[in-house]
Amino acid sequence: MEKVKFSLTLALVLASFIGLGFAGTALAAGESHIKLPEQEWHFDGVFGTYDKATLQRGLQVYREVCAACHSMKRVHYRNLMDLGYSEEQVKSIAGEYMVEDGPNDEGEMFSRAATPADPFVSPYPNEKAARYANNGAYPPDLSLITKARKDGPNYVYALLTGYTEPPHGEEGMEGQYYNKYFAGHWISMAPPLMDGQIMRSNGDAASLDQAAYDVVNFLQWAAEPELNDRKRMGWHVLLFLIVFAGVMYKVKKKIWRDVH
Amino acid sequence: MASKDRQPFDNPVIEWVDSRLPVFTLMNKEYGVFPTPKNFNYFWNFGAIAMIILVIMILSGIFLAMNYTAHVDHAFDSVERIMRDVNFGWLIRYIHMNGASFFFIAVYIHIFRGMYYGSYKQPRELLWMLGVVILLLMMATAFMGYVLPWGQMSYWGATVITNLFSALPIVGEPIVTWLWGGFSVDNPTLNRFFALHYLMPFVIFAVVFLHVWALHVTGSNNPLGIDVKSDKDTLPFHPYYTMKDTFGTIVFFLFFAFFVFFMPNAMGHPDNYIPADPLVTPAHIVPEWYFLAFYAILRAITFDIVIPFTDVILVEAKLGGVIAMFGAIALLFILPFLDRHPVRSARFRPWYRVALLVLWADLFFLTYLGGQPAEGIYVFMAQIGVIYYYSFFLVIIPALNKYEKALPLPNSIHEAVLAKKEGK
Repeated sequence: MEKVKFSLTLALVLASFIGLGFAGTALAAGESHIKLPEQEWHFDGVFGTYDKATLQRGLQVYREVCAACHSMKRVHYRNLMDLGYSEEQVKSIAGEYMVEDGPNDEGEMFSRAATPADPFVSPYPNEKAARYANNGAYPPDLSLITKARKDGPNYVYALLTGYTEPPHGEEGMEGQYYNKYFAGHWISMAPPLMDGQIMRSNGDAASLDQAAYDVVNFLQWAAEPELNDRKRMGWHVLLFLIVFAGVMYKVKKKIWRDVH
Repeated sequence: MASKDRQPFDNPVIEWVDSRLPVFTLMNKEYGVFPTPKNFNYFWNFGAIAMIILVIMILSGIFLAMNYTAHVDHAFDSVERIMRDVNFGWLIRYIHMNGASFFFIAVYIHIFRGMYYGSYKQPRELLWMLGVVILLLMMATAFMGYVLPWGQMSYWGATVITNLFSALPIVGEPIVTWLWGGFSVDNPTLNRFFALHYLMPFVIFAVVFLHVWALHVTGSNNPLGIDVKSDKDTLPFHPYYTMKDTFGTIVFFLFFAFFVFFMPNAMGHPDNYIPADPLVTPAHIVPEWYFLAFYAILRAITFDIVIPFTDVILVEAKLGGVIAMFGAIALLFILPFLDRHPVRSARFRPWYRVALLVLWADLFFLTYLGGQPAEGIYVFMAQIGVIYYYSFFLVIIPALNKYEKALPLPNSIHEAVLAKKEGK
C-alpha cells in the first residue's frame, strides 16, 4: 500500500514536471486567441503517417498556386522521391524549372534546367523583387511554415479557407484582404485557392477544402520530411525500453528480495 | 586511494594496471562496495539520471557541432541541413533539444528531493552549494545553446537576457557592449556563445565531479534524514543501487523517448523556426519553459525603489527585477545556513513540509505567469508569488528554526525498515 502510494506520488511529480514543460510552452506560445478549427490529419498522432497520394496532390497545388509567389528553398527536387515519384519523374519535374548557374569558363552567368540536386527554384531572385511584385509584402518561404506557426497545419488550413467579407464598416488598406484567422485580420495575400480551381489528374475539380487539405499535407511533409521514419523508429525504441524496463524491474526485485 | 591497503586482483592485466594506477580499486571502493543507505526511494534516482543526460547532451552536442556553422548568415541553414540531409541529423538534434528540457526536469526533481529530505544540511552544505553552481552553469549553457539555431526566439531571447546587465548602474552599458562584442546581438555574439556553449558542459562535468566527490565523503542522505549508524543500515552500491538506478533511468527514458519521437517540438517555441530578423520583434518574447519561473520574478518588479518622501531613486525597477531574479538563486545557495533546524527530513517536520510543498506550487504558478504577457493581473499575481518565494527563505524558515517541534525520529534506518516490513 505504502509502495503504491509512493509510486503514484513519484509518477505525479514526474508527470507534473513534464506537463509543466509542455503546458508552459504551449501557454507561452498562445499569442493568437482566435480558435482554429481542428482538421483530421493523416499524419496526426503516434500512428500517423504521410499519405503519398495526398502529398502528390498537394505538390500539384503548391506548384500551380503557391509557387507563383512563395519560395520553398530548403526542399530539393530529389526529396520528391519521398512522395513516391521515380527518379525519371523527379528529373522531369525538375527539368521544368530554370536556374541561374555560373560563372562559366568565360565568366558569364548562364541559365540551365534544374536537376534533382537543386533546391526548389524560387519565384523571385531576391526579397526586394518579391516585395516589389507583391505590394510591399514579402511572401514567406514555405519550407518550414507548418512548424513556424502554432498548431501549424490547422492554422495554414484555416488561413487558406478563412477569407470572408469584412465585418460591416471595417476597411483594409489597398491590396489587403479580410481573413478570419490572420492576426489583425487584414492580410496581403489574395485568396489563393477557390473551388474548382485545381484539376486533379483523374479529371475531377478539387473543392477549396480538398485543395487546402492536400496542400497542407504537402507543406507538413516539406517541414518534417523525417516524420514517417521518426515515428517508426520511435515505436522500436519504446518497445525496446518497455521490455528492458520489465527485465530490469525483475532483476531489481530479485536482488532486493532478501534486504531488510 | 592509498595503494598500501589495496586488495590484489586475480586478473593479471587488471592487477598490472591497478598496482601502477589503482583505478579499479577506486571504482570498486566508490561504486562497488560503497556503503549506501538501504532505504532510498525512487527520488534518489535523479542524480544518476541527470549525470547520464549530461553525457548524452555532450555526445549529441559534439555531433551537432560537427555540422553546425556559427555565423549569422549560415547558422539557421546549417541547422536545417542537419535536420534534412545529415544522416540521422534530425534524431541527434531532437535528442539534444529535448534533452535540455529533460535535463532540467531531472535536475529540478533532484533539487526538490534535496529540499524535501534536508539533504543540504550539515554535513552536506558544500555538496549542496556545488549543486547550485551546477544549476547556474546549466542555465547559462542552456541559454546560450538556445541562441545557436538563430531563430527569432534565439535572437530576441538573447537580446532581452543580455540587456539585463544594462540595468547595473554605470558599468551596465559597457558590460553589455562587451558581452555582445558590438552594439547589438550580432555575429560576434553568436560566435562567442557557440564557443562558450561548447566549453561550459565540460565545466559542468568538472563541478559534477566535485559534487560526487563531496557526496562520497559524507555519504548519501536518506528519506529518514538520520545518520547511518551501523553496517546494518547500508547496502553496497553494486548491485543494489546500480540495478535500481538502471531501472529508474529506463523508465525516465521512456518519457524522454516519447517526446523525442512523437512530439519533438512540443517544448519549443514555433517562432524559432523563423530565421532571426532584427527588424521584426515577436509579439511575446519568452524564454524556454524551464526559465519561466525566474522570468516571472524578473518581470514582477515593476516599481522603482525610492527614498520615502523624496524623488531619489535608489533602485530602478529593471535593476530590482534583475536583483530579485538572481537573488532567488542566491537564496538557494545559502539555504544550508538559513535552515538551522536539527531535523533533516520533511517527514518529521510537518510545518516545513507544508511550506515547502507550497513553495513548489508557487514555482509552478510562477512558471505559468512567466509565459503570460507582463500586464494587468498577471503582474500582480507574480508579485504575490515572489513575496511567497522570498518569505519562505527569509521568514518561514527562520521562524521554523525557532518554533517547529519535530516528530519523534526512528532510532536507526535498519529499525525503521524492519518496522515498515512488519507493518505490512
